[in-house]
Amino acid sequence: MIIYLQLFLIFFRIGIFGFGGGMAMLPLMYQGISFFGLMTKEEFADLVAISQVTPGPIAVNAATFAGFSVSGIAGAFFATLGVAIPAFILVNIVFEFVKRFRESILVKGIFKGVRPATVAMIAVAAVIMGESTFVQTNTMQWIPIAMCAISVFMVGKLKLSPILVFAIMGGIGVVVCG
Amino acid sequence: MKNKKEKNIYIDLFITFFKLGLFTLGGGMAMIPILEDIVVKKKNWLTQDEATDCIAISQSLPGVIAINMATYVGRFKKGLLGSLVATIGVILPSFIVIMLVSTILSDIRDNSYVNGAFVGLKAAAVGMIVWAVVKIGKGVFNDIMSGIIGIASFIAIWVFNVSVIYVVLITCLIGIAYIKNSERGKVK
Repeated sequence: MIIYLQLFLIFFRIGIFGFGGGMAMLPLMYQGISFFGLMTKEEFADLVAISQVTPGPIAVNAATFAGFSVSGIAGAFFATLGVAIPAFILVNIVFEFVKRFRESILVKGIFKGVRPATVAMIAVAAVIMGESTFVQTNTMQWIPIAMCAISVFMVGKLKLSPILVFAIMGGIGVVVCG
Repeated sequence: MKNKKEKNIYIDLFITFFKLGLFTLGGGMAMIPILEDIVVKKKNWLTQDEATDCIAISQSLPGVIAINMATYVGRFKKGLLGSLVATIGVILPSFIVIMLVSTILSDIRDNSYVNGAFVGLKAAAVGMIVWAVVKIGKGVFNDIMSGIIGIASFIAIWVFNVSVIYVVLITCLIGIAYIKNSERGKVK
């Protein structure tokens, strides 16, 4: 029972305090997951990779994955419910006064103050992921580091679609690291 | 007749958002232009202005952007029940696909080829996140204030392990104070 409550709480917090899309929510998710000791950093890195390569919203994928791997279907259900309920309630409330909300000082404040912080959160997500992917038993793993750099080049400069980059890197991974 | 038509709208909402959840790769951000196209051009559910409101609100509220948009469009179209149907529609594909993938993976995750593939996928995942920082950062860090908030937030979360919740609350207050201050300046 406690585990369901923990999962619900972790993802409910994301629904209330998670700004800036799925990637920016990852550090908040990680803090909750490590607070209750539900996953290792390596498992969390798996979660991030899987959430990105499967269709659908990253945060919902992550909630379902975390819940399912911690405690099966019921876990997945409570984690996903947790992430969905705040959005469902908030949007339904705000819907009543759309124009006033858009011009409110709160929205302007969020835009001015929280948006720069969400970029920092995405950067923290990169560092958390990088730590478990690039460092193993205290030695730098140069192959994944190179693959990461090439991925940035492919998506940034060559404008390849992210999913193609994932396919290429997954394939190379099988050959080089398998 | 009327009753039948109303029923169809619920089913239509559900199927539209189910498809959106099932076929969109790249998360909620990638869904924005696709959804806009569907609800404005294909379905005529919202006008362009109403869709712009929907997107602006979905991005300025906390929570999953895709769920915010589904709730909004559903509510707009068919009230509370409509918003519920659309939200379940957009969540369900993730829920099913992820459980299938996890079940399959739990049997083969230790296989050395699968492990190799995961090394590549994780490296690419870090790459995508790094690129998101660059791309979004370019649009956001256009004054000193934003730069300071960004760097301070990074240090707070990463070095001092400050809860992201506090960072959100504090930066929101800073943003509000800044706006109030600059508006007062304009009046003078």
